[in-house]
Amino acid sequence: MKRTFGDIVFSVINTLILLLVSLACLLPIWHVFCSSVSQPLMLNAYRGVLTWPLGTWTFAGYNKVLHTSYIQQGYLNTLIYMVIGTAIGTVLTILAAYGLSRQNLMFKKQINFIITFTMLFNGGLVPTYMVIRNFKMLDTIWAIVLPYCVSVFNIMIMRSSFESIPSSLTEAAEIDGAGHLRILTRIVLPVSKSILAVIVLFYAVQHWNSWFHTALYVKNRSMFPLQLWLREIVIAETSSVNEVDALDTSAANQIRTLFKYCVIMISIIPMLVIYPFVQKYFVTGVMIGSVKG
Amino acid sequence: MQKEKRALQKHQRTYGQRAKRDLQKNWSVYLMLLPVLLFFIIFNYLPMGGVIMAFQNYRIRLGLLHSQWVGLDNFRRFFSSIYFNRLLTNTLTIGFKDILYSFPITIIFALLLNEVRVTAFKRVVQTVTYLPYFISLVVVCGMVMDFTEQGSAISNFIGLFTGKQESLLANPKYFQEVFVISGIWQGLGYGVIVYLSALGSIDESLYEAARIDGANRWQQTWHITLPGLASTCVIMLILKIGSFMSINYQKIILLYNPATYEKADVITSYVYRVSLGEGTDYSYGAAIGLFNSIINLIFVVSANAVSRRFAETSLW
Repeated sequence: MKRTFGDIVFSVINTLILLLVSLACLLPIWHVFCSSVSQPLMLNAYRGVLTWPLGTWTFAGYNKVLHTSYIQQGYLNTLIYMVIGTAIGTVLTILAAYGLSRQNLMFKKQINFIITFTMLFNGGLVPTYMVIRNFKMLDTIWAIVLPYCVSVFNIMIMRSSFESIPSSLTEAAEIDGAGHLRILTRIVLPVSKSILAVIVLFYAVQHWNSWFHTALYVKNRSMFPLQLWLREIVIAETSSVNEVDALDTSAANQIRTLFKYCVIMISIIPMLVIYPFVQKYFVTGVMIGSVKG
Repeated sequence: MQKEKRALQKHQRTYGQRAKRDLQKNWSVYLMLLPVLLFFIIFNYLPMGGVIMAFQNYRIRLGLLHSQWVGLDNFRRFFSSIYFNRLLTNTLTIGFKDILYSFPITIIFALLLNEVRVTAFKRVVQTVTYLPYFISLVVVCGMVMDFTEQGSAISNFIGLFTGKQESLLANPKYFQEVFVISGIWQGLGYGVIVYLSALGSIDESLYEAARIDGANRWQQTWHITLPGLASTCVIMLILKIGSFMSINYQKIILLYNPATYEKADVITSYVYRVSLGEGTDYSYGAAIGLFNSIINLIFVVSANAVSRRFAETSLW
């Protein structure tokens, strides 16, 4: 294929645009990182976006963050909620996807409708809150991990993946007299490892980042996940740093901005580390979901 | 004769008999579906039933059974409220601006990525632009605040035109743009995946044939790529219109403040404020929420009907 002059100009401009977009996506995270290792006093005086740390690099902020008890507790809480929520959500999703991928199930249509209708209509914030309240789940771990632990979208992704497994595989097992649980665990799941990884990661990221519903249903601060502490530190900028920690006020004030950036960093580091590895699975999952869903 | 009769009977089993046989044969599959059904019943269908509190003067102490019925009073109160126009306008404008900006930008970005011939570069760009999607809303909003505060590059730049040094989030005039553009920043890499997969499935031989006929890159895009992308665009547009009313109110709640309510407050954030955030007006909040859900449902169903009629693609 001949490359004309126009082609080359286009390629150059295209590359530049894409580089700019990529930079724009990285810059905010780079800014947070630079801030988190800057000199606290210079940082306090600075307004705007950093492209390089101010002064000599310091890890004082990280040191403080890692020794702050409510951050430690919040981090631990987030991990617990993420593991339990992801486990429950994944198991329910697998079971539902398997059931719905079976042929000749008389009530499949109805069950499918019951599940997908929830994407079109919902009772709203207040009635949902009342249901959770009436089940006495407020201020318990269940209000955090259960209400949104299954997503219809994920069930659909997984179902279409299960449906694409050649039926000869499962039929052979059925003739041998294997039950459905056995077919699921011995035949379907072993050939669905990548979709399983997608679903687990979807749920894990969702639980790691969730904050709003936890804020609604949980008032007990010792149960706060990291994101709720982040909200207080980053958004509300309340004096929780002083309140919770009986720190010398002036020292705490000096370090407050630095502290904020360090907490943001430790909250996003796990995502930064895992996402390049899982990205390709995510892409596959979204594609299956969008093509067949 | 006997055999034929039996075959006939088999065919004519009543609905109940067929259901019974199905349950006998597939009971274990139904057992597997039971937990998920329970989940949706408890967390989705019970709240749907709970919307009757919108027609009551709901008191927690009295519950749904004993609270006083007030008919449509809560709805009347909302429709005649001084906030009604503002909330509806903001909800519709933000939803509209979101589609107006993010829909074409995502498609253009997909087309540009698709023209990259160096696979490694393409993959790097995709990976990098996908990153913001994994960052939590709280952190994203913290970054938005940093980038739009007084003295930051963006607000300085805007200050060149307005002559004012101010934080963009303190001025209602900029709220919707800041909201929508930061949304594009976070969702671009995720949104582009669907289009790239559609672009990848376009038959390569079409391009070859076009090249033999002497079509240049632009003509190839116009006559092959865009038509090949059309049905995906329609589906994505339906999905977008369907979620018109369910604006990311969590993000609104993180970014707005009383100074920007006039442009930032939407129906769902108002529901949160009156019933769970600041006030405890449960029935009023439930009524407004129900109004929002119904409008939303109308949007999805009509978008689907329109696309089935004219584009011959539909979600169901």
